[in-house]
Amino acid sequence: MKLDARQFDLVAIAIAAAMIVHVPHLPVWLSAALFVILVARWLQRRSRGHWGAAPVWVRLPLTLALPAAVIAEFGNLFGREPGSVLAVGMLVLKFTESEKPRDARAAVVFGCFVLMAALLFDQSLPMTCLVAVALLPQLAALRALEPRADGAPATTTLAELRRGLPAAAISIAAAVPLALLAFLFLPRLAEPLWGAPAPNQGKTGISDSMTPGGLSELLIDDTPAFRVDFAGGTPPPPAQRYWRGLVMWRFDGTTWAHVPAAPMRDADAALEPLAAPLRYEVTLEPSQQRWLFALDMPLTAPPGTWRNTDYTLVSEKPIADVTPFKLESTLSYRQTTLPPRERRIALLLPEGYNPRALALAAQWRENAREPRDVIRAALAMYNADFSYTLAAPPLGRNSMDDFLFDTRAGYCEHFSSSFTVLMRAAGVPARVVVGYQGGYWNTLGSYLVVRQSDAHAWSEVWLDGEGWVRVDPTAAVRPERVDRGSRAASADEAPWYRAEWLLALRNRWDLVNHLWNRIVVQFSLLQQQGLLTPFGIERAQWRDLAIALGIGTTTLLALAMLWALRRDRDAGDAVDRAYRRLGRRLARAGLARDDAEGPAAYLDRLRQRFPQAAGELETVFARYIALRYASASPDPAATHEFAAAAARLKVA
Amino acid sequence: MRAALRPLRLRVLAAAERRLPALTRLRPPEALPIRLHQRRIYVLPTVFGAVFGLMLAAMALGALNYNNNPALLLTCLLGAIAFLSVLGGYRALDGLTLRGVHAAPVFAGDALQVELTFDPGNRRRDALRVQVADATIAFAADRATLARVVVGLPTIRRGLVALPRVRLWTTWPYGLFGPWSWLNPQIELLVYPRPETTGPAPPEDVRDAGPRHLRQSGDDYGTLREYRDSDPQRMIAWKASARLDRLMVREPEQIAGRELVFDYAALDGMDVEARISRLARWVLAAETQHRPYTLVTSRERLGPDVGTAHRHRCLQALALLP
Repeated sequence: MKLDARQFDLVAIAIAAAMIVHVPHLPVWLSAALFVILVARWLQRRSRGHWGAAPVWVRLPLTLALPAAVIAEFGNLFGREPGSVLAVGMLVLKFTESEKPRDARAAVVFGCFVLMAALLFDQSLPMTCLVAVALLPQLAALRALEPRADGAPATTTLAELRRGLPAAAISIAAAVPLALLAFLFLPRLAEPLWGAPAPNQGKTGISDSMTPGGLSELLIDDTPAFRVDFAGGTPPPPAQRYWRGLVMWRFDGTTWAHVPAAPMRDADAALEPLAAPLRYEVTLEPSQQRWLFALDMPLTAPPGTWRNTDYTLVSEKPIADVTPFKLESTLSYRQTTLPPRERRIALLLPEGYNPRALALAAQWRENAREPRDVIRAALAMYNADFSYTLAAPPLGRNSMDDFLFDTRAGYCEHFSSSFTVLMRAAGVPARVVVGYQGGYWNTLGSYLVVRQSDAHAWSEVWLDGEGWVRVDPTAAVRPERVDRGSRAASADEAPWYRAEWLLALRNRWDLVNHLWNRIVVQFSLLQQQGLLTPFGIERAQWRDLAIALGIGTTTLLALAMLWALRRDRDAGDAVDRAYRRLGRRLARAGLARDDAEGPAAYLDRLRQRFPQAAGELETVFARYIALRYASASPDPAATHEFAAAAARLKVA
Repeated sequence: MRAALRPLRLRVLAAAERRLPALTRLRPPEALPIRLHQRRIYVLPTVFGAVFGLMLAAMALGALNYNNNPALLLTCLLGAIAFLSVLGGYRALDGLTLRGVHAAPVFAGDALQVELTFDPGNRRRDALRVQVADATIAFAADRATLARVVVGLPTIRRGLVALPRVRLWTTWPYGLFGPWSWLNPQIELLVYPRPETTGPAPPEDVRDAGPRHLRQSGDDYGTLREYRDSDPQRMIAWKASARLDRLMVREPEQIAGRELVFDYAALDGMDVEARISRLARWVLAAETQHRPYTLVTSRERLGPDVGTAHRHRCLQALALLP
């Protein structure tokens, strides 16, 4: 038995749907090639159906070309990306040889697997919803593969979709409770059985070096970088929301580079907190980087991370999944000692660069009585003559000279970089810090979302007696940048799609994503063990979970069985319904009709039981007998009268 | 592979049938109507269902290993859909009633066209399949509309053939599970003896010594009588019918002694089946010539008469001879 046109079309749609969810991460040329193969096969089957499946001399080269293409693109066949590309390719190749329902079923099952593979790349709510939608054509295709009545007229693809898709949606909706139960109670693995997927190649977020002008792409990227929940429920004021990521020490004239600092030992804790610690939880989006972002200064390192001597936090593994970290910071502190080595590199400048800046700094140093005077002079200069723009003019070899004396327009990277150079030249130890500043407080969900566009760079200078003190030269030029966030600072340059009202919508939407991440994506063994707390089991073990799963499943299945075993009621016509209603009322009055009893016999019994209502009973039953037995199609008016009379009848 | 597994499969089946007679074909014959209900519908996953299950297991393992909750959610959803599809298939069978089984008799060797009438009740039923002997037919039934399914049943020998057990199954809605039920309706279908292809002409009655009046049954000859249901149309005397305002039939004149008598006992020296097929051929020949005939068997004497009803009586008598 071969697939008919309708079945073939549905299978084609199902396979196209499974492919589409992979398009975001497939190489463009490969998606195009697979799509062409899919369409070519569909057209061939449509117009040259008698050719049958694609012949071997077509399939074999394609089958060999697929792994070759994967190796050419990725270098090997294993791992998440090559594996998924291989799977999608195999799915399309399976389609080229599908002629029978058996092949088609195999293709659809494999399509479901391919759908799941898409979730290995993107666990977000939109992707999950997309996959759920792509499940509909798979189910509709399976349904269409069931045999139709022999000799029944052919139906169109559209008619089949119109029947199959709603039916599939109902199937999915009906399966949701059972699926959720299984999801909640399916025992999770404490340790993975085999290696975790290779990290994503495409890095997002800030990198470990900084060139003034290099951050501008990041500054228009509105995807969330991380979200923060505060233990107290309220965030610190905007001017305090500096999320430290990396400390940059080394400057080569154009680029600031991160030098990994030594891990901090307890003995190094030369920091004296001056305010109560602030507790919060940062949930990082996957960045494939190892650094964390904490308010300055973090007091402890959460498990799986360590703290460096420059008070940055580094994760042991690159962050490949949405990962929460519990952090503790103090916003006010004092440091007493600067190790000589650190002082030396915090004053280091490349030789032969930026002579004018060095001269200016030397002049400030002569006029200043203390380092604070130098800082004030620099900030005053920025405030007076500089402007903030994301479209900064390009800079030459002596980039800081060009910026400070010619262009005088730029953004955080330019300001922090030039400020740090000036400080070092004036003999004040200084360093650049890169991270995020600000964040949007979502009042609905009581959390702070920090986007990539909140990326920021600022400086820290060492002041004896105070320690490393944060100085943000950008704030001197554009206070809105710090008070109201990066968007306010560049509002006049924003393209239409970054309009304020759109952002408001996106912030609402972000709450949904946040909840999805918290509740679903991060659901783990720990949360699972706490599931049974309301039932008095503090740390549920596998056994408890299995029992709970069993009880829950049994309950749901019992409900489903009730539905399945439900008999169809034969609705009958209006006369039957009215007669049944009458029978139920008489049964409540005390005399039920036997199943095999006809109206005349029943009436006899009723007359004996309710002699006072005998007359009325006789009229009603006479009407019934006339309607039911005298004609094949009872008169609607008479039926209505009978129903009304039956409803009026009172026996007691 | 399939062939190698066959003996094993049969052994397992036989063991299952001994243990659970209700499960399978050993169900005793029962009278119509037969209504399917939960005590006679059984479900097992299909081969495709087993493959699907293996794939689900692989997906769940992968999702758990990578701690990928959306993927696990998808796996659970697919699992739940698959699991609940059992009920969809079950509901396609539950309450289905076999109301009638009919088949016009055929000659041995031809296939009986067995018409099974199913009552779907107040429910639409899709993708049902019915199997009788080796023939499988797919059908669907609209709600409250009787579904008639015709299945060809090959025959070998004359006599009454018990309808083999009927297997009714479906893999609706997704082909993952195949609920089935065995029906064993107490129905016997008649198979006429196969007439021999060539042989001597029907014998004329030897007692008749008179001259033969070989007359064609024309319009002007013979006697008129009223139309009977079994009369062929060509015998209707249209002119006379118009005159009398009711259907009349002109019977060919029956001349004593021209009657054909087919006597089973007269054919001695032949074996039973050969005698029966010769008698069957004579009956058919007499019917085509439309000459009245009498059939005499060891049990009864039928006729003289001619017509469809008589033909059926005679062939039935021959079919049921021991």
